[in-house]
Amino acid sequence: MNKIIKKEFLSEQVFRMVVSAPRIALRRKPGHFVIVRPTAEGERIPLTISDADPKEGTITLIAQKVGVTTHKLASLNEGDYVQDIVGPLGNATNIRKVGTVLCAGGGVGVAPLYPIVDGMKKAGNRVITVLAARNKDLILYEKEMRAISDEVIVMTDDGSSGRKGLVTQGMEEVIQREHVDEAVVIGPAIMMKFAALTTAKYNIPTLASLNTIMVDGTGMCGACRWTVGGKTRFVCVDGPEFDAHQIDFDEILKRLGAYKEEERKAFEAYQQKNA
Amino acid sequence: MEENIYTIERSAPWRETLRKSMKASERTSIERVVMPAQAPDVRNRNNQEVNAGLSEEQAVREAARCLDCANPTCVTGCPVGVHIPSFVKCIEARDFQGAARVLKQTNTLPSVCGRVCPQEVQCESKCFYVQKMQKPAVAIGNLERFAADFERLSGKAELPEKAPANGIKVAVVGSGPSGLAAAGDMIKNGYDVTVFEALHEIGGVLKYGIPEFRLPNAVVDAEIETLRRLGVKFETDFLVGKTATLDDLREEGFKAFYISSGAGLPNFMGIPGENLIGVFSSNEYLTRVNLMGAASDERDTPILRGRTVMVVGGGNTAMDSVRTAKRMGAEKAMIVYRRSMDEMPARKEEIQHAMEEGIEFNCLLNPVECLADEKGHVKQVRVQKMELGEPDASGRRRPQPIAGSEYLIDVDLVIMSIGVSPNPLIPRSVEGLAISRKGTIEVDPETMQSSIPDIFAGGDIVRGGATVILAMGDGRRGAAGVMRYLSQK
Repeated sequence: MNKIIKKEFLSEQVFRMVVSAPRIALRRKPGHFVIVRPTAEGERIPLTISDADPKEGTITLIAQKVGVTTHKLASLNEGDYVQDIVGPLGNATNIRKVGTVLCAGGGVGVAPLYPIVDGMKKAGNRVITVLAARNKDLILYEKEMRAISDEVIVMTDDGSSGRKGLVTQGMEEVIQREHVDEAVVIGPAIMMKFAALTTAKYNIPTLASLNTIMVDGTGMCGACRWTVGGKTRFVCVDGPEFDAHQIDFDEILKRLGAYKEEERKAFEAYQQKNA
Repeated sequence: MEENIYTIERSAPWRETLRKSMKASERTSIERVVMPAQAPDVRNRNNQEVNAGLSEEQAVREAARCLDCANPTCVTGCPVGVHIPSFVKCIEARDFQGAARVLKQTNTLPSVCGRVCPQEVQCESKCFYVQKMQKPAVAIGNLERFAADFERLSGKAELPEKAPANGIKVAVVGSGPSGLAAAGDMIKNGYDVTVFEALHEIGGVLKYGIPEFRLPNAVVDAEIETLRRLGVKFETDFLVGKTATLDDLREEGFKAFYISSGAGLPNFMGIPGENLIGVFSSNEYLTRVNLMGAASDERDTPILRGRTVMVVGGGNTAMDSVRTAKRMGAEKAMIVYRRSMDEMPARKEEIQHAMEEGIEFNCLLNPVECLADEKGHVKQVRVQKMELGEPDASGRRRPQPIAGSEYLIDVDLVIMSIGVSPNPLIPRSVEGLAISRKGTIEVDPETMQSSIPDIFAGGDIVRGGATVILAMGDGRRGAAGVMRYLSQK
């Protein structure tokens, strides 16, 4: 059981929670995630750790309300307890000085991206961050990212904030302007797919962090497997970060929808019960 | 270890009297009692236990078959060294509680073993009836289950004797059968035992793997409760190597470790289409149903149901998966296995039960490709007929594909049950730990000690995929190894 210290909504659907998890706070590094089970009847879902305070013994989680599990998590308040949190899981990002790093975050992808930007900057890199979303309200962490990036470019589909256009346009602009040594892209699978295609054109080594369906998260169930470089890999123990140019994103897009129908029905039932 | 001499001594007066109370010829003329079970067409639609357990009368009659041999060969077939004739004779004498007491001297989880041990290839295969008389063995497993259940249901479960606390902290990593067996032996000897479990529930494969209809969770929980009452501490949501490293735990005062983190990564065949939606590993399928309760509307974890379900493999896990799929509403649930029925590694009882429940067996058949519908969901499997050639390294005849024999089978779900590889997390997180080519932890087979003196290991992380009872046997040897190491330090 982990106590919720602080909870706030960053947009209508996206919320941030600071929860007590002293051991995880001590050991987590950029790239790590946790498995969360909000309630005793709940499902186990992976969430990335966007920040931690080892002194206070807390970690920060950011999630978007999508289905039953994330709604249940969002319905918990400060002082309540999350049933289970286990971690830190996965492999930490390989943070080192490479020169210029282009970081692109879409939607809630900025949550796992934030500690990577922070780490890359602290390692002495020039870090340029591109944040993208459908509209102004869905651009998250802009202020926080500005505080730790050399430059932040905001892209929105409707032009309500920053410039009108897709994440790939923002990325191309930087790549054409200056030499980029490495890219990190995190966001919805479709966004990562096109971001990876963009950097592939310029032969820029690119990392993508995969957020998959998981059950145990510790290398036991195989739910998180995908094809990377023609081989089946497990996101929980081999990832979550992979060479973005080796990932079969089309397979990911399909696999993420594995329970779409079941999830829709469950969510309708949940809404009726809580109406 | 101090044994309770009175109960296990063959020469005890009560036992001599009991032996003489019936002629050997009378004993051997009793037919082996058949385990009562739910009818196949009823049980394949519910999740309740298949076997109902022996009644007191049935148990006493079965126990009377045992000749109480002067040299009981059955014991040599038991990985944890249960005093078999002693507990069986207690049952014949109607001291059921005493029988449970004998069992618990050497076995931390008797009601589990009585259900899931492959007795037919262990103790029962060494029974005098089998060895010398070509008759069915004394039903040792069924009797073990009877005695353990009797005690549990009596509400008077006794705690095994415990040595005074010595204040020495030891850690067990993983709460499956091997870890629980090790914890049981160490707590009884006065050690301060903490079991670390990565999942949110204690029990490991006993909870996430073995289905309710073969091993009810309540049975597992009762055994865990006994350990808790003995003083074992359990930490869930704690992944050793990640949540804390062994070095962290050493700093926190743990003097030795028994690692039983189990078999991890499920194996896949490496065929095209294996990552389609609707293709599962057994581990995932069973975990969703057993641990996460996906079959219940009250629980949030989803599961895909299928009218036609194909399970690939022939082991106990394959049987558990295919029988679970049937209970989840499959009209047709089938096994596809590349060798013949004779080579199937699953217990005969499980195969028998599966057949009775209407499971289809397709042997000498191997999948070569999974095909998708337009949504990326598996809809067909291309299979290939096989024939048996010369024996391979395992001694079993090697299956070889028959050219031109491929055909398609329509399916809604495919469950791959072709084994697991060791969980890589611990081996990766401990520097200097000797690891085999297969990824298992290398240990001295007698003491279970690894290449690092304070680390011991056993169960599937050492064996790479075996049975509950072998894991428990490792746990007992590992506990003895840990205790010897600590007493010599």
